[in-house]
Amino acid sequence: MLLEREARLLDEARFEEWLGLFAPQCAYWIPARPGAGDPRREVAVAFDDRRRLEDRIYRLRTGSAWSQAPASRTVRLVTNIEVFENSMARSNFLISEFRSGETRRWAGWCGYRLKDCKIEVKQVNLLDCDQNLRNPSLLL
Amino acid sequence: MNTSTFSELVLEDRVHRAIYTDPAIFEMEMTRIFGAVWVYLAHESQIPGNDDYITARLGLRPVIAVRDSQGKIRCLYNRCAHRGARICREARGSARTFQCPYHGWTYFNTGKLRGVPWPEGYACDFKDPQFNLAQVPRVESYRGFIFGTLNLDAPSLSEYLGLVRKPIDEWLDRHPGGKVSVREANRLKFKGNWKLAYDNAADGYHVVFSHRSLLEMEHRAAKDAAKGMSFYMGKPDEAPMYVQVFARGHHFKDKRPNVEKRAGALWELEAAHPGMEHYESSIRSKLGEKAGRALDLAASEPVNINVFPNLSLLGNHIQVIQPLAVDETDTTWYATALVDEAGELGGAADAVNALRMRTQEAFPNFGEVDDAVNFEEIQRGLAACEDEWVYMHRGLGIPGRVRQQADGTLKAPATDEVFMREHMKEWKRLMSSQPRLAITREP
Repeated sequence: MLLEREARLLDEARFEEWLGLFAPQCAYWIPARPGAGDPRREVAVAFDDRRRLEDRIYRLRTGSAWSQAPASRTVRLVTNIEVFENSMARSNFLISEFRSGETRRWAGWCGYRLKDCKIEVKQVNLLDCDQNLRNPSLLL
Repeated sequence: MNTSTFSELVLEDRVHRAIYTDPAIFEMEMTRIFGAVWVYLAHESQIPGNDDYITARLGLRPVIAVRDSQGKIRCLYNRCAHRGARICREARGSARTFQCPYHGWTYFNTGKLRGVPWPEGYACDFKDPQFNLAQVPRVESYRGFIFGTLNLDAPSLSEYLGLVRKPIDEWLDRHPGGKVSVREANRLKFKGNWKLAYDNAADGYHVVFSHRSLLEMEHRAAKDAAKGMSFYMGKPDEAPMYVQVFARGHHFKDKRPNVEKRAGALWELEAAHPGMEHYESSIRSKLGEKAGRALDLAASEPVNINVFPNLSLLGNHIQVIQPLAVDETDTTWYATALVDEAGELGGAADAVNALRMRTQEAFPNFGEVDDAVNFEEIQRGLAACEDEWVYMHRGLGIPGRVRQQADGTLKAPATDEVFMREHMKEWKRLMSSQPRLAITREP
């Protein structure tokens, strides 16, 4: 239910409430290659702590983030959800994004580490993580 | 296409929209630019050992940049001599030979044909070099940057780079050992012509507008401090930064003069990044007074060093512009790390690199995406066919604004467009030429 709610908050652009689903110390990580690699040694598509997530949302709210002006419309599918006993969970996702006259797609699977019903780590494993991405300005 | 056309398309103060939209011009660029001059292919750290390879492109040609079994760097055509299939379908790896998955023809990584199945069914002599892989005839490396050209008459790479070698040397020499290592990349794509990215490469005029949200974001928690590219606010043309233009389409935006010459001053410009406080404190406790200089190595070096047609050193990034179609381009922002073989940083190199990964993610995530959208919007706007001209005249005709230097280079204030005018002149010259291009099959 947490994951469906997370998806709906993002589709509704309720970014601040979405951030409220994360633990006070958290990480949002989109690896740049399959197998993820080590973020201490290499860049990721994104590797945010809570503060950088706040910055990311702040930027989207300035009204001058041209890559999201106008904002994309999205519908997220979250499926194949498995919850494990060690507070880990995973899901598959498909995000349909309508932007600039066409509908685009972001697909992959997510790994979550949960703590006290909050998201401590969200790892977004895009199918095409190591490819050149067109306007990756959505919160995934 | 009649080459006198190019004189009509590139004028002193403007260029015609067709150079960005015409597929016939794009096709010509794929030989007269991407082939006729030195094109950046790869960094040596991506193929560190013998037999290491990556697949890449030279223009639209699929190639394999490989360090062969004897240690020589080559750029092989990724194209079976038999029927034309790509022989290597992986992004990177290590291989002494390549075997085509279609009919099994096998090649050494020198490009020489090793053998074919059932050769007795052929009347020809397979020792003939015509059956070796084609390869780029001239491949040279400048301090780790590997370039290739098909132009037998091109000058040496060193001569081609000319005076842009100095900022490249300074960019490398700020690091221990004068070297860097590529560590993954932020990879972007935009639906627009490749020259839109190169036109932006030394552009100081766009910063406070295109990157308004980045500047606001960086100052969210530090409203009175100078963060990021805040030196573009106010009066950028009166700031000490400048743009410098070299021959052959190369240019350089030097923002270093805006920053105090004090160890740690560059680091102070960095906005908040994940893990910053933890790693900074670890570096300070290890290095004490020497920490400032190490932290500066984690910060974005305030330069844009642009090597025509497809390479930019921006901050700590190696940015590569890859044309795919007249209206589609990939820009790949390779992140770099220090390689501290001599231990000059007293064991702090790993921590500096960890910080450097986070600082390098910032601009592609929060800055470049907005530029890329603006490039796409140009491509869309240029569909208005009667509205022909794209202006590049900022600074032109203002006495004393562009200053010729003793070494023949030009310098101008930060928002000047002289750099674009000069690379367009070079583009026009190259497009009007008929270069002698060749491949070789001699390993």
